[in-house]
Amino acid sequence: MSSAVHTRRDFLYIATGAVGAVGAAAVLVPLISQMNPDASTIAAGAPIEVDLAPIAEGQIIKVFWRSKPIFIFHRTKHDIQLAQEVNVSTLRDPEPDSERVKKGHEQWLVVIGICTHLGCIPLPHQGEFDGWFCPCHGSQYDSAGRIRKGPAPLNLHLPPYAFLTGTKIRIGETSATSA
Amino acid sequence: MSGHSTYQPQNKFLQWLEKRLPIGGLIHSSFVVYPVPRNLNYWWTFGGILAFMLASQMITGIILAMHYTPNVHLAFDSVESIMRDVNYGWLLRYLHATGASMFFLAVYIHMFRGIYYGSYKEPREVLWILGVIIYLLMMATGFMGYVLVWGQMSFWAATVITNLFSAIPGVGDAIVTWLWGGFAVGNPTLNRFYSLHYLLPFVIAGVVVLHVWALHVAGQNNPAGIEPKSAKDVVPFTPHATAKDAFGLAVFLIVFAWFVFYIPNYLIHPDNYIPANPAVTPSEIVPEWYYLPFYAILRSIPNKLLGVIALFSAILILAFLPWLDTSRVRSARYRPLFKQFFWLWVIAAIGLGWLGSKPPEGIYVILARLLTFYYFAFFLIILPLLGIFEKTKPLPNSISESVLDAHKGSDAKKHSDKIGAKA
Repeated sequence: MSSAVHTRRDFLYIATGAVGAVGAAAVLVPLISQMNPDASTIAAGAPIEVDLAPIAEGQIIKVFWRSKPIFIFHRTKHDIQLAQEVNVSTLRDPEPDSERVKKGHEQWLVVIGICTHLGCIPLPHQGEFDGWFCPCHGSQYDSAGRIRKGPAPLNLHLPPYAFLTGTKIRIGETSATSA
Repeated sequence: MSGHSTYQPQNKFLQWLEKRLPIGGLIHSSFVVYPVPRNLNYWWTFGGILAFMLASQMITGIILAMHYTPNVHLAFDSVESIMRDVNYGWLLRYLHATGASMFFLAVYIHMFRGIYYGSYKEPREVLWILGVIIYLLMMATGFMGYVLVWGQMSFWAATVITNLFSAIPGVGDAIVTWLWGGFAVGNPTLNRFYSLHYLLPFVIAGVVVLHVWALHVAGQNNPAGIEPKSAKDVVPFTPHATAKDAFGLAVFLIVFAWFVFYIPNYLIHPDNYIPANPAVTPSEIVPEWYYLPFYAILRSIPNKLLGVIALFSAILILAFLPWLDTSRVRSARYRPLFKQFFWLWVIAAIGLGWLGSKPPEGIYVILARLLTFYYFAFFLIILPLLGIFEKTKPLPNSISESVLDAHKGSDAKKHSDKIGAKA
């Protein structure tokens, strides 16, 4: 097909090919989109409210939100002091304690309970740093959920949450709009 | 068609691959340079359409299988969840359900083309029989797919169809229990139907490969029913047949899309939106439209075993078509009597389909029996006799001649009309 003059056939081939390509792309959209979480899964992932009143000082509880374990640590003054004393620049993932809690609610640590190494659930009140110890590969987190020792690269992640009252939080929303 | 491929790839990688796995050459010789008769009409596009529909059903089916649960307590709800919750789930479900109907529409047109033009005749007997096997597999697959929804129609159609096997003397009941995996249609039945519904399309795909292979050995039949005699009679598959197939497919897809987007529930029986209830049989049990002719045949025989035999015979008789039709002439174009009996047979098949949807009482029974008689008479009496007694029209000398003659004839007519008008 080396003729310099473009024939009607060329036009038809290119036009058909272009429409076909657009059609093929359009067909792919639903086929790929269907694997994303469906409406019921998204609905099941709606924010949850947790009542903090029953949690004693020093206690760590575990709740689930969006199928992820969430640690809620009611820290004692000692736990808070240990967390605040740490020299942030020596941390693998530098973050001051104040950035990991809500202002005025420093006794409450809310973190996602998944080790940032390979995904196991770390064990509470274990390890040398007044926090958690992951039995899978030995990562250790402190009382602010920060990685201190072991192979994990990052601190325990923070879920979006907000205080509705002094003793109630809603996990899944960053601002407290009571609905 | 046999012999070395003429494929000469310019691309270095393609040359490298061709030496190790000559798939490029296979595609080239089968779908690019492969010679097809130049007189093929649009009835020949349905093979390509069927290949597309098989792929479409497999893709939508595999995706639906990601969201469907094959358990009697969860199946119906999982289908509704697909319709309501899964992204584009409604579209995938409708594509698959409507696609099954479109698949059968295409296969019936494809088969009718084969019968009309004598495509089952020597040397294409095995090609035809492979087609009958594909058709049987399609019917099994479609039936099991419909059961998976686990609506009222799903459950009761499963009960009725599996109960057919109880007509077999002696071992019938044992076979039915074996099919059910229990004392009635239930969870074991649903689970195994799911497994087999996923499996059979791949078996169909394998038989389709054999079907296309057998086709390529003999070459396409054509509307004139005479073999290509020279290079003038054929054209390369690409671009001619490729473009024609693509256009035929596009028109077919418009019809498909019309159903999917405007009337998706037209072909779905409303009772199948009621969850299966083993204690209550619906007032009418009707299969999907593509089984209706055989349903009518089954019900027109008053004896249980003979009715079942008639049902299966009505399908299996197709496999014997190459030997039942004794005519040396292939195409109905040149067989004036055959043409008329053929169209009567098509009307009978459609009529049987309509009757299959009616309750088996009164005039419907009488009509169904008449049409069932004609259905079998066509194959067992008319076709064998026509070959002996029919006076066929003279065949053209070649395919290209039949094409050119058609044009010459119409041009001559236009010319003489003009002269007539002037005078």
